[in-house]
Amino acid sequence: MKALAALIALALIGAGAFWFLSAPSRLDPQIAAEMDKPGDARAGEIVFWVSGCAACHAKSADEPLKLGGGKELETPFGPITPPNISPDPDDGIGNWSAQAFARAIYDGVNEEGEHLFPAFPYPSYRHMSVADVRDLWAYLRGLPKVRGLSPPPGFGFPFNIRRAVGIWKRLYLPRLAPPEAVAAADPIAYGRYLVQGPGHCGECHTPRDFLGGPIASKALTGAKMPSGKGKSHDITPTGLKDWSESDIELALTTGITPEGDSLGGAMAEVVRNLSHLPKEDIHAIARYLKAGP
Amino acid sequence: MRRSVLAAIAVLVSVGAGIAADDPIKARKELMEANGKTTKAVVPMMKGQAKFDLAAVQAALNAYIAAAEKAPALFPVGSEKGGKTEALPAIWMNKSDFEARFVKLGTESKAALAAIKDEASFQANYGPVLKNCGGCHELYRAKEK
Repeated sequence: MKALAALIALALIGAGAFWFLSAPSRLDPQIAAEMDKPGDARAGEIVFWVSGCAACHAKSADEPLKLGGGKELETPFGPITPPNISPDPDDGIGNWSAQAFARAIYDGVNEEGEHLFPAFPYPSYRHMSVADVRDLWAYLRGLPKVRGLSPPPGFGFPFNIRRAVGIWKRLYLPRLAPPEAVAAADPIAYGRYLVQGPGHCGECHTPRDFLGGPIASKALTGAKMPSGKGKSHDITPTGLKDWSESDIELALTTGITPEGDSLGGAMAEVVRNLSHLPKEDIHAIARYLKAGP
Repeated sequence: MRRSVLAAIAVLVSVGAGIAADDPIKARKELMEANGKTTKAVVPMMKGQAKFDLAAVQAALNAYIAAAEKAPALFPVGSEKGGKTEALPAIWMNKSDFEARFVKLGTESKAALAAIKDEASFQANYGPVLKNCGGCHELYRAKEK
């Protein structure tokens, strides 16, 4: 009898600990206050392209500004269809506040206070400066409203439990101070920012462990693609030793490799997005990739 | 003399057609590799590291035009298997889109051929032609293993 009581007590403590540890975090108050300032939609357009929002949230590459929800993505945990993030008030995020948007980016939490699955690359996006997020929000607000909802994720148990993502975040996403803007005048530092933050290169180029957590010590060394099909390249200075900075710049803007081949798969979409960037930004990315972390 | 030349051409053409029909996988691989080599030669010019050479650029564009005409026939039904191929089954499920993309490559190569007169027009018009490579590889070529 005593043993049973002890077991129940333990189970309750366990459940309590899970509930406490898996709770969605609140948006940093400093970021919340910063998000009240007006954003610059024109600057936000560049953030939009480097972040590649359209790659997942637009149905067609021919209409990248219609963010009504994208095509189904395959992941090792099951299929997920990126949601409607157009400014439609009913089906999109038209009714979200700037702070709710920032919470999705920095905390991976939606407007209802639920954890978002990290198929949405907030593990990278949370490194974005508040100025960039504010500008991106201003830009997204002006895009076409699109109707329609995406189906819920088809993850199997236990990966379908949103609360469990809270534990995942504790394992892989240490708390960060609000990220500061990085000056574009320092190309290597700015390139690092673009690669690690909005560009979210590591989402495909950094290997993951069995729980889908990025293996930090192997950052950018190339990985199995999240879809399970194919491999991404090693884009550390070792992996790119036969590539010059200008080779990288050409590949990122035209898709053409030094061998005369072209980048296919998901990188073709990345190239389409990056072709909207100023030359200096592409140069910064190339400088950083050659210089290394 | 004339008859023997014609006969020789006829033999060559039939051999060529024979290769295409017997081993389309080999034929299309060779075509794609040739396209890669053609492009590789132009890359230093695109990067501004080699002197602009109008004749070489025109030769490359003509090679794309020829390749775009030849390529669709090298993906006959049934050739999705039967050898080591990176061609995805999606090709045969979207045959009209797949073939339209080669038409687009040919059309845009011809337009670039007409537009490129000097280095500036080369820099403006050559890159967009190459976007066609990635556009097709995105959907129809298997990713690296």
